Amino acid sequence: MSTATSTPTGTGSEPGRRQAAHKTGDSSKRGRMQQRWLPWAFLAPTIVGMGIFTLLPIVASIALAFFRWDIISAPTFVGFDNFAEVVQDPTVRVSFLNTIVFVVVAVALQLGLALGLAIMVQEKLPAWLRVFFRSAFFFPLILSAASVSIFMRYLFNEQFGVVNWLLSIVGIPAVPWLTTPTGSAAVVILVYVWQNFGFSFLLFIGGLASIPVETYEAASIDGATGWRKHWFVTLPLLSPTTLVASVMAIINALQVFDQPYVLTRGGPGDSTRTAVMVIFESAFQRLEFGQASAIGVILTLIIMAITAAQFRLSKRFVFYQ
Amino acid sequence: MTTIQERVTTTAPVVKRKKRGWSVAVRVIVLLIASVFVLGPVLWTLSTSLRPPSESFQLPPAFLPLNPDLTSYEQVFKQLNIVALVVNSALVTGLIAVGQMITAALAGYAFAHLRFRGRGALFSIVLATMMVPAQVTIVPVFMLIRGVGLSDTLLALIIPAIPTAFGTFLMRQYFMGLPGELAEAAAIDGASPWRTFRSVYAPLAMPGLAIVGILAFNFHWNEFFRPLIMTISEQNFTLPLGLVSLQGNLGTGSISVVLAGVVLSMIPALVVFMFGQRALQDGLTAGTGK
Repeated sequence: MSTATSTPTGTGSEPGRRQAAHKTGDSSKRGRMQQRWLPWAFLAPTIVGMGIFTLLPIVASIALAFFRWDIISAPTFVGFDNFAEVVQDPTVRVSFLNTIVFVVVAVALQLGLALGLAIMVQEKLPAWLRVFFRSAFFFPLILSAASVSIFMRYLFNEQFGVVNWLLSIVGIPAVPWLTTPTGSAAVVILVYVWQNFGFSFLLFIGGLASIPVETYEAASIDGATGWRKHWFVTLPLLSPTTLVASVMAIINALQVFDQPYVLTRGGPGDSTRTAVMVIFESAFQRLEFGQASAIGVILTLIIMAITAAQFRLSKRFVFYQ
Repeated sequence: MTTIQERVTTTAPVVKRKKRGWSVAVRVIVLLIASVFVLGPVLWTLSTSLRPPSESFQLPPAFLPLNPDLTSYEQVFKQLNIVALVVNSALVTGLIAVGQMITAALAGYAFAHLRFRGRGALFSIVLATMMVPAQVTIVPVFMLIRGVGLSDTLLALIIPAIPTAFGTFLMRQYFMGLPGELAEAAAIDGASPWRTFRSVYAPLAMPGLAIVGILAFNFHWNEFFRPLIMTISEQNFTLPLGLVSLQGNLGTGSISVVLAGVVLSMIPALVVFMFGQRALQDGLTAGTGK
């Protein structure tokens, strides 16, 4: 592909001939042309593809937020109407609120679980057990969120589900998981955390491995043991990893879709409807593409604001060695 | 910068304590309980799919498939065009993986070893696009696909997924870990720049390419959101979409049939898990180290 641009006369012997020009004198016109165009030939598929399928859609999405368009009739410019309508729409509002509650609870659970388990796995443990636990906690990440939600829906069934059966053993009466707003929200959070904590776990494992052993030795000479050791040594030294892990967890959780879609379709009522679900519904079910874009723009702004805020906060709380 | 080659070493920060034996036992028990909660639902899925449909709701549940019964697997082939789903998923996933490996290798190499104006700025743009959620760009992408007449085809799923910012980033890191002197040596031996890439750098970058391929495979085999939007007719469904619609059609009557489909759809992911787990873990956490 790249050779065609530089050697119009190219045939079978082309590489050798071209290299001769390349080697003997860079003043040769052909050599210089090739030097200039070759990188762009390498980059073309990625740059052109990303231009068409990422950059252009970003611009189009922002523009579309100011139009009313149902694909069938011609788009009409409506200024900020879409934003005004979306902000006042009760379904959109409750969905964003749901998403925020979801993010706070799910990310806290995910990071807490991942950190606790990572510390336990990284301390002295037979090697084969460490490998087993790492693989086990990583395993859900390779499954599809849709498949996971399919079998979890059966496990959380009120009458026949294994979860309520387990609870009944310890004397807890059947929980109406998928038929009540709180129960459904809890299931979505639990299923999401079940599948995703392994990612934060891996990040923490990497972070823990980079803490020098000498630091712990010094701490133990100073008398720090058990949880105090982790509070005064592990947590401060792990804070760069915690920052990365929390930024990634929050960005991912803000975009939750598969689990609530398969588990509850957003119900009962709007109780588990999320921001991305309302984007999907207004665009592809109600054909209000302008409104969908407006919601998307708002979601993107929220993601960018949270990311920026986290990095700003990190200047005060993250401890770099 | 850390390279992806560098593996996370599991050095255990050990502090000698008096009650160590006791604390190890407690930790192992807690970790084992956590593993049961993680693996239990998957084992239940497997064992329920291997029991007669009438026993799906039996409590206490069976977590081990002691008397395998294949009725549900026969049923899933009858009730669902699972062969077509597998073919669609394999085509979509395979072509995306190969496409990403090729384009990411080319672009990553250019960013790492070729000099051109605007290299830094262009790379920053590539990185920045990783921040934009796919759900935000999906509406214009859908319209574009519709505009060129590709809606409800597998190509609508494949083509937009081939350019990869993350893969490009990974391959740039990988190529940067390979010395630039290789190119100089190749030039002295008379190799063209393309030849240098093709015969010297690309073969050395195979482990990095494998990571890009495995990540793409894992992500797109399991993908649900884009197929849900881009495909309309059942003959173009991929596995996750087909299974969710099967669950919707069957209700709670024959859950073991749905679970049989779920288990079948997990097999390729399991193969990746067994042979490419390390690469997958390295790839997922690459770029987060520093």
